Amino acid sequence: MNEFWRLPENVSTFGGPIDSMFHLIAWITIVVFFGVELLLLWFLFRYRARPGRKATFTHGNSRLEIIWTAATAIMVVYLGIISRGLWLDIKDPARFPEPGLELIVRAKQFEWNTHYPGADGQLGTADDFVRRNQMSVPVDVPVRITLQSEDVIHSFYLPEFRLKQDAVPGMNIPAWFEATRTGEFTVGCAELCGLQHYRMKGTIRVLSAEEFSAWNAQQMAAAPAPGPLPGSASNAAGSPVVAAAGHAH
Amino acid sequence: MERGPSSFGVYNMKLGMWVFLLSEVMFFTGLIGAYIILRFAQPDHFALPGQVLNVPLTALNTFFLICSSVTMVKAFAAIELGDQKGLQRWLLATAIIGMIFVGIQVVEYTVLSHEGFVPIADLYQAHGRQGGHEVLGGPLYGATFYTMTGFHGTHVSIGVACLWFTYFKARRGGYSAANFGGVENMGLYWHFVDLVWIILFTIVYLI
Amino acid sequence: MSTAAAMHEVPAHGAHGHHEEIPFIRKYIFSTDHKIIGIQFLFMSLAFLLLGGLLAMAMRWQLAWPSNAEMPMPGGSLLPETMVNSGIMLPEFYNALVTMHGTIMVFFAIMPLLVGVWANYLIPLQIGAPDMAFPRLNMLSFWMAFTAGILMLASFGVTGGAANAGWTGYTPLSINDVYSGVKTGQQLWALSLTLLGFSSLVGSVNYITTLINMRAPGMTWFRLPLSTWALFITSVLILLAVPVLAGGLIMMFFDQTLGTNFFKPESGGQPLLWQHLFWFFGHPEVYILILPSMGFVSDVIANGSRKPIFGYYAMVWAIIGIGFIGWIVWGHHMFMSGMNPLLGGFFMITTLVIAVPSAIKTFNWMGTLWGGNIRFHAPNLYAISFVALFAIGGLSGIFLAAGPVDIPLHDTYFVVAHIHYVLVGRSLFGIFAAITFWYPKMFGRMMHEGLGKVHWLLTFIFFNTTFFPMHMIGSGGMMRRLYDPTQYPHIAQMQDTNVFITINALLLFAAQLIFAFNFIWSLFKGKKAGTNPWEANSVEWSAPSPPPHGNWGGVQPVVYRGPYEYSSPESEHDFLLQTQPPAGQPVPARH
Repeated sequence: MNEFWRLPENVSTFGGPIDSMFHLIAWITIVVFFGVELLLLWFLFRYRARPGRKATFTHGNSRLEIIWTAATAIMVVYLGIISRGLWLDIKDPARFPEPGLELIVRAKQFEWNTHYPGADGQLGTADDFVRRNQMSVPVDVPVRITLQSEDVIHSFYLPEFRLKQDAVPGMNIPAWFEATRTGEFTVGCAELCGLQHYRMKGTIRVLSAEEFSAWNAQQMAAAPAPGPLPGSASNAAGSPVVAAAGHAH
Repeated sequence: MERGPSSFGVYNMKLGMWVFLLSEVMFFTGLIGAYIILRFAQPDHFALPGQVLNVPLTALNTFFLICSSVTMVKAFAAIELGDQKGLQRWLLATAIIGMIFVGIQVVEYTVLSHEGFVPIADLYQAHGRQGGHEVLGGPLYGATFYTMTGFHGTHVSIGVACLWFTYFKARRGGYSAANFGGVENMGLYWHFVDLVWIILFTIVYLI
Repeated sequence: MSTAAAMHEVPAHGAHGHHEEIPFIRKYIFSTDHKIIGIQFLFMSLAFLLLGGLLAMAMRWQLAWPSNAEMPMPGGSLLPETMVNSGIMLPEFYNALVTMHGTIMVFFAIMPLLVGVWANYLIPLQIGAPDMAFPRLNMLSFWMAFTAGILMLASFGVTGGAANAGWTGYTPLSINDVYSGVKTGQQLWALSLTLLGFSSLVGSVNYITTLINMRAPGMTWFRLPLSTWALFITSVLILLAVPVLAGGLIMMFFDQTLGTNFFKPESGGQPLLWQHLFWFFGHPEVYILILPSMGFVSDVIANGSRKPIFGYYAMVWAIIGIGFIGWIVWGHHMFMSGMNPLLGGFFMITTLVIAVPSAIKTFNWMGTLWGGNIRFHAPNLYAISFVALFAIGGLSGIFLAAGPVDIPLHDTYFVVAHIHYVLVGRSLFGIFAAITFWYPKMFGRMMHEGLGKVHWLLTFIFFNTTFFPMHMIGSGGMMRRLYDPTQYPHIAQMQDTNVFITINALLLFAAQLIFAFNFIWSLFKGKKAGTNPWEANSVEWSAPSPPPHGNWGGVQPVVYRGPYEYSSPESEHDFLLQTQPPAGQPVPARH
């Protein structure tokens, strides 16, 4: 099934339930699809015009109408109900798991800048450091990110994590994920953001706990007093965290 | 002509006007909806209306516009009875009051601009009616204010032009007790414009 | 109110009896006759359809062979170097192509093809009226649409080129040329669409008033054909949705030109406000783009099956239901936007619910075919394909409606597959059915049946081979609006599929030339058509082909029954015109 739909390998915790729901819907739709199309073909054959035949003069059948309306309604309501819980688990900050790492991902034309909290573990302080287009995270740890944008709307997309969230200028939008295996994966932009939208690519490396600590320590040691990246418009003193968080409308 | 079933028993021009006004309701709903959303999203861009806007003058203007609706009703009542002179008199009154409304609004806009209350973000420097040094509100206030009231004012101006047209047609004997559809529709449009203003005035100037 | 016996002359534009010779310009260019206006819309929108298709072919070429010097873009040398340089397309041009393909297809091709053409042409004929309620306003509506089209085309020629922020024009990309590289083009985009919106609005005032007030005696609401019902609800949607878009476009234009900041975050504006305004209009818009087609398909399938439509009342309520629920689903376009997730949950439910009336319609069409005596004439082939493809377009929508599953699929080619299945597989097939079906009424000649069948078959095949694989590359993670998909390894590995899609798209486009040829050839050489070549029932088939000014030559039709009484025991034929008096009643006198 995954092959047919070319789903990338899943490496996140909520990716599994998403894929399961995808497959459920795929099976339901395939069954309905074949049912409808085969029935249609049968009707076209069986009821084709032939000399001497007359069509059945009927205006409908109320009972059938009620049955198929109810069946469809039940199916869609069922899908809605099972989707809602998972949807809120992924998107509602009130339901995010306790994060082991908090980052800011700041999008701009045409790169992804990830801000790390540095030695004091606090974002928005002088010891934060920034990685451009390449982010590293530990495996099996819930990571909470706050998405920002410096210019236009971008969309932070991790195909293998089944994660996607728009980054809107003027807003701080929370998202989270937890990687289930180590490796190097894709970061892409999924909202037309200008002429080089097609190249706004990054990588995300998932490291083991030890590797991540080592890498983190190395970054903190190497980072000088954080300044703006070449060409970046971000504020020099610490990362530009806007205090007022919250959802849009 | 033999007529088929007609759901509302209303002649074409009148039905058409009602349908058109429905779309106008949606237009102003879009603008007012945007204003409400922006006001909740960025409250610091807005100020208490009385600080920046001339509420008493606009209240007077609102009163004028309501009066013009009354004169419009009287014009329609006149032609229903075939009173040509009455029709002309009340149409003229409506048109003139309409022009006064627009005139006062132009004055209001001029004064507000001099006080720094403009729709252009880079130039917004509203110091309010008291004068003073701090800037009240922010550019979103100017942008939404001028867009909403400006489009309303445009509708009033178009209405005034139509009123003059109707007046001159009345002078040529274009309407009668048996043929007053044009006046009725003019009235519908004018009352609509008045109603939108009452809503706008409440939302923009009083809340 | 209505008696069969009394027939009155219908005054047409103040002239009784015969007309003096109307000069060519008044008759065909600045005409106020709804039929001519409908045909004007037809020619205009078919031209835009062709243009939109060409733009798509250019896009597909770039996607299959991105910046590949060995596969230079055909026709590239005709274009300026700011667009295509040495056979290689520039990203500026690609983004503009993407934007203009969508804009032109949605606003200047499909929408006028469904509404401008058919609401104008069919409504008076199907309700038994001599013309629209406001014929001069109708003419104004066409010329405003035409002018809007010119403005949109002109944007290709201005400095910076045409709009390139997507047909959805998300802010702040679309309001700031520092970000997009385009200033005048985006302004023209906003102005053109505002003018077009006004044109549609004026049109819908006409359609609604005409439908409510000018039905023939005996034509009650529940005797209207489903085409008319669909066009009515569509007109109401236009009336209420377009003004909101207009408001948004005006605010966008002010931001672009006057320095306001509605959508500019750097000075407190809200980019998401644009999305709400756009999609509040945009979702009813997509139902505007499908409902009329559903109506045509109903009329054609009933005619092709020689049976009444199955569940007429259910069909009417389904149309009304879709129109109604369509107002509260717009947030599903914004699932990833940063909108409050609880709101997302609400929109998820409403979006899933709207599947129900659509499903009802599919089952009812199947019910119409069941037990029928099916004729496979060209219009019916298109209509049946609509039903078949409806299943795919609708079902793919379910994936997107379920919030969690939308996360990996949003803004990927899965969505592109979905929109093209519904817009091409459904709307466009419905349009082909309608054109082929009503062509004889419009022009007095039949389209060539054999060519029609060939066009249908090739289009059906290539449409599926082009767009079905898009589902898979979408779930494989290919995002939308990518100038060069091979930049991403996970997409580069699917590049063969992109090439496959492009080749089939080119074949699909080529197949449309058969339709174009058939359309033009049949104008001159098509078999002459009688009044009722399809042996259909609705009122337009009682008028001559083509109908004169005033439609029935001064006689008011009277309606006695519903529009789908095919194979009725009351008739010796397998059809029964709505205007046919019941046996024993005198035929109304004709002047």
